[in-house]
Amino acid sequence: MNFILSIVVSSLAVVILVLIPWIGVGALDLRVIFGILVPYAAMATFFVGIVVRVVDWARSPVPFRIPTTAGQQWSFPWIKSNPIDNPKGNTGVIVRMIFEVLLFRSLFRNTRLEYRRTAEGMPKVDYEWEKWLWLAALVFHYSFFVIFLRHFRFFMEPVPGFVALLESLDGFMQMGVLPLNGLGLPGVYLTDMLLMMAVTYLFLRRIYISQTRYISLPADYFPLFLILGLGLTGILMRYFIRVDITAVKQLAVGLFKFSPTVPEGIGVIFFIHLFLISVLIAYFPFSKLMHFAGVFLSPTRNLSNNSRFKRHINPWNYPVKVHTYEEYEEDFREAMIEAGIPVEKESE
Amino acid sequence: MYDGGKIIAGLIIGIGLLMSPFFYNAGKAAKEPERALTDKAKQAKQCVMDKAYMTSSHFSLLDEWRHTVVRDGERYYKRADGKVFYKSLQVTCMDCHSNKANFCDQCHNYMAVTPYCWDCHIAPEEKK
Ligand code: HEC
Ligand code: HEC
Ligand code: HEC
Repeated sequence: MNFILSIVVSSLAVVILVLIPWIGVGALDLRVIFGILVPYAAMATFFVGIVVRVVDWARSPVPFRIPTTAGQQWSFPWIKSNPIDNPKGNTGVIVRMIFEVLLFRSLFRNTRLEYRRTAEGMPKVDYEWEKWLWLAALVFHYSFFVIFLRHFRFFMEPVPGFVALLESLDGFMQMGVLPLNGLGLPGVYLTDMLLMMAVTYLFLRRIYISQTRYISLPADYFPLFLILGLGLTGILMRYFIRVDITAVKQLAVGLFKFSPTVPEGIGVIFFIHLFLISVLIAYFPFSKLMHFAGVFLSPTRNLSNNSRFKRHINPWNYPVKVHTYEEYEEDFREAMIEAGIPVEKESE
Repeated sequence: MYDGGKIIAGLIIGIGLLMSPFFYNAGKAAKEPERALTDKAKQAKQCVMDKAYMTSSHFSLLDEWRHTVVRDGERYYKRADGKVFYKSLQVTCMDCHSNKANFCDQCHNYMAVTPYCWDCHIAPEEKK
C-alpha cells in the first residue's frame, strides 16, 4: 500500500473508533456496553492473546546460537573481551537484557549510512551516530509507563503510595496546561506533553525518512494514531472537558472487583477514551505491540555466545536413514566393474 | 516447549503484575467518598455553580478566582442570577464547606489529589 493510502486508512480507522463510542454513548446511551462489556472483552482478549502468543513462541525451537555479537568474544585471557555485548554466560546475558529492556541499548548504537562529498568534492561514506530515534523511543516508552502507573489511582482503592510520588514528581512544575485564566489547575503532567511530542516525532520521522516510509504499513501507522488519539482524549479530559472522575473511579474499581456499575453523569469523552484503550489492549496480541513480551524472547539478545565451547544439538534432529558409499558399492559392484567404473574393493 | 520453565515463570510474573489491580482490590470494600454538607451549606442549598460543574471542575473556578484577584484585583464574582460572591478560597468556599476533612479531603484522598494550596492558605479549624 502506498504511504498516503496507509495513513489515510489507519487514520480513518481511528476516526471510526472515536465515532463508535461517541454515537454509542452520546446518542444511544449504551453505557453498560461501553463501560463494562467492551473493557471486559478487551481485557480477556489481551490476557488470553498474550498467553497464546508467548506459548506459541516458546514452542518454536531456536536451533542455533544467533546472538548479535557486538563486541569481542571471550577467548584468551590476553585478549580483552566484551562480556556484555558478546556474553559468554548467563550473567552477561542478564546484564545485556537489562540494558536492552530498560535503556534500549541496541537503538542507542544505531548508526546511519551517509553518503556525502568532502570539501574537495570527493565522495565519502560515513557512519553517523543516529540517536534521535533512541531518545524519542525512550521518552515515549517511559512517558507511557509513568502515565500507565499514574492511572493506578483509578484502579486501586486505597491508592498505593507510589502513585502519589509519581504524581508529585510528574507535576512538579505546579503549572497549568496553558497560561490562560482558569487553566492553571489541575497542574500539568510533564509525561502527558512528552508522550505527545515523542509520538508526533516518531510519526514524522517515519514519513520523513524515505526508507522507513517505504517499509511502513497501516499496521505501523495505526498504533501511532491510536496512541495519539488516546493521549489527546486523555489530555482533553484532564485539562479541558472535565468529567466527574470520582465517578470514573467507581466504575474502574467496580470492573476490577467484578461488581461493575456505571455511575451517573460521566461525560462521553471518558467513554471515547475508554473505548480507545480497550481497542489498544485488544489489538496488542495481534500486532507488533507484542514486542513488549517479545523483547524478552529475542534470541539475538537473550542467547549467550558459547557455541565455541558448548555443543548445541538441533532440537529437531532425528535419526536420518543413511546409505553409505560402501553399501552402495556393495549393491552395484558387479555392474560397476562391468562398466569399467573403478571400485574400492574388488569382488572375489 | 523450549526453556518452558523460564518462559512460564516470566509469563506468570508479567501477567500477575498486569492483573495486580484485580488482586489488590479483591476483598476490599469499595469505599466511596462520603461528602458531608455542613448545616450552613445545607441552608444555602446551592453551590457557587451547579453541582455537576462543581464536582468536575471546582478547581478551574478556583484558578479563575485566584487569577482575577491576584492579577486584576477583581474581588467579587457576580453569578448569572445576580448573587455576588467574595472570591476567596478561605473566606467563601471554606465558610460553607468548613468541614474540610469530611468534604474536600474525602474526594481528594480517594483520588490521590494533594492540592498545594494549603501550604499558604489556612484551612478552617475543625470542631470534632
Ligand atoms: C467530588 C469530589 C471533590 C470534592 C468534594 C472536592 N474536590 Fe477538589 N478535586 C477533586 C478532584 C477529583 C480533583 C483532581 C482533578 C484531577 O486531578 O484531574 C480535585 C482537585 C482540586 C484542586 C486542584 C489540585 C491540583 O493540584 O490539581 C483544588 C485546589 C481543589 N480540588 C480544591 C478543593 C476544595 C477547596 C474543596 C472543598 C471545598 C474540594 N476541592 C472538594 C474532587 C473533589
Ligand atoms: C453558599 C455556600 C457554598 C459556597 C460559598 C460554596 N459551596 Fe460548594 N457546595 C455547596 C452546596 C450546598 C453543595 C451541594 C450542592 C448540591 O448538592 O446540589 C456544594 C457542592 C460542592 C461540590 C460538589 C460536591 C459533590 O458531592 O459532588 C464541590 C466540589 C464544592 N461544592 C466546592 C466548592 C468550592 C471549591 C467552593 C469555593 C469556590 C464552594 N464549594 C463554595 C455550598 C457552597
Ligand atoms: C505561595 C503561597 C500560596 C499558595 C501555594 C496558594 N496561594 Fe492562593 N493566595 C496566596 C496569596 C498571598 C493570595 C493573596 C491574598 C489576598 O490578596 O487576599 C492568594 C489569593 C488567593 C485567592 C483569592 C483571595 C482569597 O482570599 O482566597 C484564591 C481564590 C486563591 N489564592 C486560591 C488558591 C488555590 C486554589 C491554591 C492551590 C491551587 C492556592 N491559592 C495556592 C498565596 C498562595
